[in-house]
Amino acid sequence: MLGKGVVGGGGGTKAPKPSFVSYVRPEEIHTNEKEVTEKEVTLHLLPGEQVLCEASTVLKYVQEDSSQHGVYGRLVCTDFKIAFLGDDESALDNDETQFKNKVIGENDITLHCVDQIYGVFDEKKKTLFGQLKKYPEKLIIHCKDLRVFQFCLRYTKEEEVKRIVSGIIHHTQAPKLLKRLFLFSYATAAQNNIVTDPKNHTVMFDTLKDWCWELERTKGNMKYKAVSVNEGYEVCERLPAYFVIPTPLPEENVQHFQGHGIPIWCWSCHNGSALLKMSALPKEQDDGILQIQKSFLDRIYKTIHRPPYEIVKTEDLSSNFLSLQEIQTAYAKFKQLFLIDNSTEFWDTDIKWFSLLESSSWLDIIRRCLKKAIEITECMEAQNMNVLLLEENASDLCCLISSLVQLMMDPHCRTRIGFQSLIQKEWVMGGHCFLDRCNHLRQNDKEEHQRQLSLPLTQSKSSPKRGFFREETDHLIKNLLGKRISKLINSSDELQDNFREFYDSWHSKPTDYHGLLLPHIEGPEIKVWAQRYLRWIPEAQILGGGRVATMSKLLEMMEEVQSLQEKIDERHYSQQAPQAEAPRLLRNSARLSSLFPFALLQRHSSKPVLPTSGWKALGDEGDLAKQEDEFVDLGDI
Amino acid sequence: MASASTSKYNSHSLENESIKRTSRDGVNRDLTEAVPRLPGETLITDKEVIYICPFNGPIKGRVYITNYRLYLRSLETDSALILDVPLGVISRIEKMGGATSRGENSYGLDITCKDMRNLRFALKQEGHSRRDMFEILTRYAFPLAHSLPLFAFLNEEKFNMDGWTVYNPVEEYRRQGLPNHHWRITFINKCYELCDTYPALLVVPYRATDDDLRRVATFRSRNRIPVLSWIHPENKTVIVRCSQPLVGMSGKRNKDDEKYLDVIRETNKQISKLTIYDARPSVNAVANKATGGGYESDDAYHNAELFFLDIHNIHVMRESLKKVKDIVYPNVEESHWLSSLESTHWLEHIKLVLTGAIQVADKVSSGKSSVLVHCSDGWDRTAQLTSLAMLMLDSFYRSIEGFEILVQKEWISFGHKFASRIGHGDKNHTDADRSPIFLQFIDCVWQMSKQFPTAFEFNEQFLIIILDHLYSCRFGTFLFNCESARERQKVTERTVSLWSLLNSNKEKFKNPFYTKEINRVLYPVASMRHLELWVNYYIRWNPRIKQQQPNPVEQRYMELLALRDEYIKRLEELQLANSAKLPDPPTSPSSPSQMMPHVQTHF
Repeated sequence: MLGKGVVGGGGGTKAPKPSFVSYVRPEEIHTNEKEVTEKEVTLHLLPGEQVLCEASTVLKYVQEDSSQHGVYGRLVCTDFKIAFLGDDESALDNDETQFKNKVIGENDITLHCVDQIYGVFDEKKKTLFGQLKKYPEKLIIHCKDLRVFQFCLRYTKEEEVKRIVSGIIHHTQAPKLLKRLFLFSYATAAQNNIVTDPKNHTVMFDTLKDWCWELERTKGNMKYKAVSVNEGYEVCERLPAYFVIPTPLPEENVQHFQGHGIPIWCWSCHNGSALLKMSALPKEQDDGILQIQKSFLDRIYKTIHRPPYEIVKTEDLSSNFLSLQEIQTAYAKFKQLFLIDNSTEFWDTDIKWFSLLESSSWLDIIRRCLKKAIEITECMEAQNMNVLLLEENASDLCCLISSLVQLMMDPHCRTRIGFQSLIQKEWVMGGHCFLDRCNHLRQNDKEEHQRQLSLPLTQSKSSPKRGFFREETDHLIKNLLGKRISKLINSSDELQDNFREFYDSWHSKPTDYHGLLLPHIEGPEIKVWAQRYLRWIPEAQILGGGRVATMSKLLEMMEEVQSLQEKIDERHYSQQAPQAEAPRLLRNSARLSSLFPFALLQRHSSKPVLPTSGWKALGDEGDLAKQEDEFVDLGDI
Repeated sequence: MASASTSKYNSHSLENESIKRTSRDGVNRDLTEAVPRLPGETLITDKEVIYICPFNGPIKGRVYITNYRLYLRSLETDSALILDVPLGVISRIEKMGGATSRGENSYGLDITCKDMRNLRFALKQEGHSRRDMFEILTRYAFPLAHSLPLFAFLNEEKFNMDGWTVYNPVEEYRRQGLPNHHWRITFINKCYELCDTYPALLVVPYRATDDDLRRVATFRSRNRIPVLSWIHPENKTVIVRCSQPLVGMSGKRNKDDEKYLDVIRETNKQISKLTIYDARPSVNAVANKATGGGYESDDAYHNAELFFLDIHNIHVMRESLKKVKDIVYPNVEESHWLSSLESTHWLEHIKLVLTGAIQVADKVSSGKSSVLVHCSDGWDRTAQLTSLAMLMLDSFYRSIEGFEILVQKEWISFGHKFASRIGHGDKNHTDADRSPIFLQFIDCVWQMSKQFPTAFEFNEQFLIIILDHLYSCRFGTFLFNCESARERQKVTERTVSLWSLLNSNKEKFKNPFYTKEINRVLYPVASMRHLELWVNYYIRWNPRIKQQQPNPVEQRYMELLALRDEYIKRLEELQLANSAKLPDPPTSPSSPSQMMPHVQTHF
């Protein structure tokens, strides 16, 4: 299915060439129903969560060592999630439950995490939507977090099958009203316990004080001021209540075009140069209005072009950079590479893995984002220029580029709290349309859905840009962490290739983890983030290996050093009673797999996984392949 | 060393390593020029040239040519460039530009190296300087064509460890618990009469007599009979290696060979079949019948199961590596990196070799069946498969000395044709016998060490140094095609072993994360999702692609190790102090946290 280059998110219209093969025949299943009811597992509900429908005697497939087996249980759909309650929950031992997600269990799929639902009819896989005439023997759920669930309904009562399948389809696909989102009933029912440790909290940027604090932290308060002109969202709903603009700019200017055309401050560099963003003025035909716009902008530019402000470089992200559509298309292709139904599919796609990756363009997009951020960093750091990011609404690529630049330039953003605050500042307060981009309300999904859905769609928006935010940041973290950081000491007289020189010279200097940090962007350096994308695929699991092996060694050493430290402390404070041993973070690291902590139970045995696909034909090497290594001289023997 | 560390062009490995060695030994350093020289190394000539650096443009420098290396130092004040290239890595020397050449720096030499780079020098047209340099380089880079000795025979380096004692076959077989009831050591090949490409000492089934072995030898290509490589310590299944049977077009059979394989099968009582892995694609195995070879057929070998592992021949591998060089040197293919990489097939070959070795290891370990491995002659693909399977099965081979023993045993003693595959000192760069089979093996080892970062005692640098000296001809370790030839040339008496260098500097090559584990089988995942191009080896000459050394996690770990040692020392001191004046409470007013840097839990 991957080879077919399915575009557009779901790959729902796949021609099922290697059709679905069930590896478990009914006669192989030995579970008696009495046991099932006896070992009832209770469903964990969040406050405000309600069960909508359920089905029993559902068989969940567990893939292991290129064969599958099943676990019987109950499939439940609530207003928050789809949950499978297996009868065999005993397999978890202490080590493995250490890192359990407390809200979403191993077999829970939140409704908003469902990406695509397939039904298997006579071993043929079909996308499910709307009202069904026929109910499938098997349900395959692809999740947005790249998990794949397979539930066999062959042993479930017909009534229950109908109820659960149509329930799941309805609750994951039908358009939703904002007020019906689960978080509202949860928030009403759950107690509000706010953590109030001022030192350790994420800056929310919802008060004037927060912005002042950020201005002070970055020493931007000399040239920029926080304003409250939009308090109560009177000027513009898109903008936060408080934000920062150049000091000489009158607050009234913000009102002219509802915040459009106003340079809004993002961040200040230690040398005084700043990163700004601006949403473009509305496109007008009328000459009179255009004249007004022009003189307005002239005034604005005059203000920020004269001292004390640095020279401004404008980066128009709407016209000279990636389009949102490109990003969406690439991600739709890319994620499909990781939604793998079975072992055969994994190995079939393995041989052309690199070209499949390339054809998704995702890694190239990541590279271009990083490159753009490095270019801007160069302007600010080396040329002491202000950079003004320009975009239609300043709420998509502006968020992406400005947070990337800050991650590269500001070590504070690389701390946990700093990173969370950065997300809050640039993405949440920056007005990124999460609701649309993630399509939480399912306003319009794919075109085929639109046709099928009985509900008429009145709103028509541009295509949803799903997965935009999270994937980008995931990638940037991956590419930034562990790479070198150093302070650029001098910027030579830059001429033509400022970027190259800046980049090369930075990379030839030794590491300093508390300064500037530039990622490598060459072809071989941009790789798939295995820990995220391969985490649910059992074939991709390296038993006892992967990065976790070194990380756990590091943790062990840290514990040892800490306990030595405590011993030394004790010696100093006379002989105190020895403290209890600190709990070990990770036990038995040799048995962890590369997918830790996500996939602990995927493979039990230590049998190796073996590729099952054949050899791809060698193109022009065919002749060589037929040659012998050495000529065997028959006369010799 | 100072020059090496400040230069951004000068990559790690060979150069730094050799510079360090000589400067620390403090021997034979030409003080006026400060060109590093090994004992036994002599300066032949020096010339002013322009080095055409593919990354930073032309750089004026002086080049020194000795009987071991080409050494270039920049004459420009703003460049600290140093090139230090053993002549052994040179594969080909070409003159570029003719007498009528006009362009700047178009007249000179283009040197193709075996280690994924080219060196270009521009010279003045007057005064025959190019002709001189060409002749001297040709003479010393290809000494065999000029009746000159390889540098290894002139090298007078001394080390405190003798690498030639690392591998002692009797000791290694004893470590494996051999001989035992089923397997004996035979000296039938003492004078290399049975098989001139096998080692003198062989392990064979107890029940097979020397006469049996002689008869089997007539039916195996180049007399390379099935002999034991490794025995499982618990279930006693074995890995046996050999060459293809001489079946031919007529489908010849040989009762002795059939019986011999059955005897091997019977040494392990647990299963009724012997598993044969033929490393070749089945079409090639069939095609080999035309030239007298072939494979074990079902009707002749009832008690054996045969599988083909689809690994391609030496020619395919050579072309594949050439394509890798095309996409990484001098410039890394940018826009279509992934599809270019795929089109080289290099990682696909790595995948197949690893997959084959996993199958061998798994059969022996959990399939409880003895395994016989062969390809055509049993010295290329067979060596890859047996040594990688042994590395997966036996943690001993994952230590520094264990790995040296593995290479010495499965590759050097069993006649991998290093001289032909590498072409040491030979000028015929188009020789079809050349092929990067050993490099491919080391790449597989690197892939494994990448997947299991705590399982190997040695680090990446260790593997790179081995590859550098595979070509350098400074050591005798990889010279010649087989043990008998090495014995004739008295290699162990007349040359130094690479293991002498490595074992005298062990600390440098240790992986700090190494955790010794006995009896843990390592199965790497042979999927393209996990295989990657070994950037630090194949693209190391490109200053833009250089990866951070050491990586941040490793660096952090080393800091913690140092801190731990410091604390242990401190604790011992405190213990001593306390026992000296036991009842006294601590008098120091300073808190311990002020005295000791406290460890931070985040990183």
